[in-house]
Amino acid sequence: MNTLHEFALRMGDNVLVLGHRVSEWCGHAPVLEEDIALANSALDLIGQTQLWLGLAADAEGSGKSADDLAFLRDAWDFRNALLCELPNGDFGQTLMRQYLFDAWHLIMLEKLTSSNETRVADIADKAIKEVSYHVERSRDTVIGLGDGTEESHARMQAALDYLYPYVGELFVSDKVDEAAAKEGIAPRLEDLRGAYDLAVAETMSEATLKLPESEFAHKGGRTGTMHTEHLGHLLTQMQWLQRAYPGATW
Amino acid sequence: MSVSKPEPQDVLDWLDDVPDPEIPAISLVDLGIIRDVAWRGDTLEVTVTPTYSGCPATSVINFEIEKALRERGVQKLELKRQLSPPWTTDWLSEKGRAKLEAYGIAPPQPAGGPKHCPQCQSTDVERLSQFGSTPCKAQWRCKSCLEPFDYFKCI
Repeated sequence: MNTLHEFALRMGDNVLVLGHRVSEWCGHAPVLEEDIALANSALDLIGQTQLWLGLAADAEGSGKSADDLAFLRDAWDFRNALLCELPNGDFGQTLMRQYLFDAWHLIMLEKLTSSNETRVADIADKAIKEVSYHVERSRDTVIGLGDGTEESHARMQAALDYLYPYVGELFVSDKVDEAAAKEGIAPRLEDLRGAYDLAVAETMSEATLKLPESEFAHKGGRTGTMHTEHLGHLLTQMQWLQRAYPGATW
Repeated sequence: MSVSKPEPQDVLDWLDDVPDPEIPAISLVDLGIIRDVAWRGDTLEVTVTPTYSGCPATSVINFEIEKALRERGVQKLELKRQLSPPWTTDWLSEKGRAKLEAYGIAPPQPAGGPKHCPQCQSTDVERLSQFGSTPCKAQWRCKSCLEPFDYFKCI
């Protein structure tokens, strides 16, 4: 097993798939400022994808590029957490998904800045600046809409109830994660949970939202065992051009 | 055949004439993204650091650097990407900050918001959005002159 390749693939697929999802809002957001904010966040995530998938390709050493990995793999070869591929739903659900991911992402990147793999630490150093900015906005929006009108509160609670069962997967280690931790590439995922739970509990309390009590977690995205039915639909759109016109450039 | 090797400082001066493609009021050197200029044998190595990892201007910037240096007669050129330490707005030159403000973009402040409206200098300003027309900017509005303006985010 090539631990660095597998680890970089997981980081890269998270931001690629979530970045594509967020980009689906382009031209459809409720107000112009939010449209621009969503497009900018998507752009940051796709930029980070180039770094992570570039590293994954280098580590694999098969001569593939980040683009090859993004556009020429099928659903079962993707290693993103399920949370990232879930549909946008309404604006509130999109921002709730963003917050639940951003809060994890920030804590993960903070740990990765001290990875003993320099290329990983360098990407984390770069990405953390963008992600600190993302979480500031997604947190403020979750609080604003949660502690907003009766309608926005109900929608945010529904979004949290739907999305929360997908959070657990971010903290469950398998052989790849254990090897990455052992080799000093990445932290133990379980060790991130305390800080995450604390941050999320504080945000949800300010947002007057109730965290679901069940600890049930949908899993299978990061390991590639089983994605949701939504990923395939996303890929048909994202990969269409390279599938229809292989090797097309412009 | 002898190949002339311009001094790195001269190369930096040339690059100081190359405008940023998104904010042409300032140069690539003002922006603080040119991290190093050095000769390795007969190859000129220019080290560039990206502003935001997904900024679409990055490839245009590389193209502009190459174009400017080719025009000056540089034959062998290598552009290197350096991620770490990551770009920070602390690297914006003083000259660049002044030019941004004159152009109508409030320069970054450690406090996280503009010092004043770049149009009328009023300090009565409010944030419209954390994001703006490019990844490096946010949208603000002056409550005195009522003009919206861009603020260069501090990162």
